[in-house]
Amino acid sequence: MPDSTTNAPATNSAAGTAHSAPARGDTPRVVSPPRAYLLVVEGHWTWYKRNWKATLVSSVGMPILYLLAMGLGFGSQVHASAATGGVSYLVYLAPALLATSALQGAAGEATFPVLSGFKWQKNFIGIAATPITPAQIVGGQLLWMAFRLLFSGAIFLAVAAAIGAVTGFGVVLSLLFGVLSGLAFGAPVVAFSASVQGEGNAFNPLFRFVVVPMSLFAGTFFPVSQLPAIVRPIAWITPVWHGTELARGAAFGTLQFWPTLGHLAYLLAWIAIGTGLCRRQFRVRLAS
Amino acid sequence: MKRFGDFTAVGGIDVEVQRGEAFGFLGPNGAGKSSTMRMIACVSPRTGGELRVLGMDPDLHGPQIRARIGVVPQGDILDTELTVRQNLQVYGRYFGFSRSYVQAKATELLEFAQLTEKADVNVESLSGGMKRRLTIARSLVNDPELLLLDEPTTGLDPQARHLLWERLFRLKQRGATQIITTHYMDEAQQLCDRLVVMDNGTIVAGGTPTELISRYATREVLELRFPQAQPGEPALVHAGSSAGPSAVAGPQTSDNPPLERLTDLADRIEVLPDRLLLYTADGEAALTAAHNRGVRPMTSLVRRSTLEDVFLRLTGRSLVD
Repeated sequence: MPDSTTNAPATNSAAGTAHSAPARGDTPRVVSPPRAYLLVVEGHWTWYKRNWKATLVSSVGMPILYLLAMGLGFGSQVHASAATGGVSYLVYLAPALLATSALQGAAGEATFPVLSGFKWQKNFIGIAATPITPAQIVGGQLLWMAFRLLFSGAIFLAVAAAIGAVTGFGVVLSLLFGVLSGLAFGAPVVAFSASVQGEGNAFNPLFRFVVVPMSLFAGTFFPVSQLPAIVRPIAWITPVWHGTELARGAAFGTLQFWPTLGHLAYLLAWIAIGTGLCRRQFRVRLAS
Repeated sequence: MKRFGDFTAVGGIDVEVQRGEAFGFLGPNGAGKSSTMRMIACVSPRTGGELRVLGMDPDLHGPQIRARIGVVPQGDILDTELTVRQNLQVYGRYFGFSRSYVQAKATELLEFAQLTEKADVNVESLSGGMKRRLTIARSLVNDPELLLLDEPTTGLDPQARHLLWERLFRLKQRGATQIITTHYMDEAQQLCDRLVVMDNGTIVAGGTPTELISRYATREVLELRFPQAQPGEPALVHAGSSAGPSAVAGPQTSDNPPLERLTDLADRIEVLPDRLLLYTADGEAALTAAHNRGVRPMTSLVRRSTLEDVFLRLTGRSLVD
């Protein structure tokens, strides 16, 4: 059987190259999962290095407009009170906007770019032909989303600090909580996007009826306690509410152990479930 | 070496490809070629049957197999917003290569694909032929032992095709095994040592191109083209017989005089909408005889028979309608 001859370990093959001296890094191999995630991130990063300026307007511009219009403009009409934790409205708003802008950034990253990976640009299909597995593509994709959110959030923070919306270093922790709440929403949306077959019209209701209401009503601009009792539970189940609670707590030094643990567990659960759904959806779609 | 057989998705095929061989799946769209290729490429699991690629089971060793094969998909899958060079480097990294290695490898592949001058332009601005060459170059980044080419030259102009064929031939000389799907007969003839003809998910014939031609066709073909009965109507030989594009051989009814006068001049005659194909060892002699019998075609052509003729014979259908 000729089979036996091909079971030998992969030698640098017959289609030989100038690099005949075997050295680490010049034999094709299957990389470990964490390394595979980083390679997928590296692919995105290569693109991002060339295009980051064009993405800044949408990923950082909008949150900053919110901060200016609502924090400075509308906030000038709001007195610091118990409802704002005793701080100015601008300062009250800034950490929560970290979570909300992460939500919106995640929604953007998790929809059309993901569908495009299967349908238009097809980069997922390209990667699936390499030793990288569908589950590893998911890992890299979500890790990349986290980096993007972190980066956008950091720029937002810098601007916020420049206009006096930041009072302490606690907001660095707020930034991390914001990224976490963005991922908690983004991961299940990535799974949803991987199942979308059409031209992406399905994303419109997602933005209109999920992302926008979440941004407006889930505790960013006013406390959820101001909502009618009957709709409060809806705010509580959104990841972004847990994100705003954590982000404000970190910024104002009011975090308490058990609530913090609860919020974190809730966000991590969404991330875990979302990642699981993504893996299944990517595997199915890439094999079809 | 690589064996696969009996898929539910693909009717039932049983093939073994040897190392260093260029093997072809030939057939019309929808014959099951691409599905077969995706199973060999270890991206689409088979639903039944046995499949071994490089001696391994794709279900168990997909990543290990994919590390050692190259895939040229039917449409170009490239990062259009990256440069030509970046496409090669980013892709190479997925195979675990170091940065310095993929850099050197990219330079070498750019040379091979004649894209060195385009190294730093965005892929978006490349011509179709260049994109195809880049796709092929990218599939070679891991020096694959097995190269899967799904319709490598579909949609390219003749010049671009010939350049690609020449590059693929070079790869073959270097010892890379190739599995090729195509619906072009000339491509199969150019590239394949051995091939199978697929139709509706099954194999209808197999062998070397020459074997298939000698078994299912004659040495030469005489093509006689007749004026169409009515302008705009896509049909028929001369006198308006209602015979469709299906294969017809042997005696015909009397309302088709040219055909009737020709039947004994060829081993076999195919009737196509606009022309007759006479399969014969000596096309010129048949043409002379036809003229002597008063058959006046619009144009006539004597050519060597090709795999196209084989396909026509086997399935009763022309490949390119």
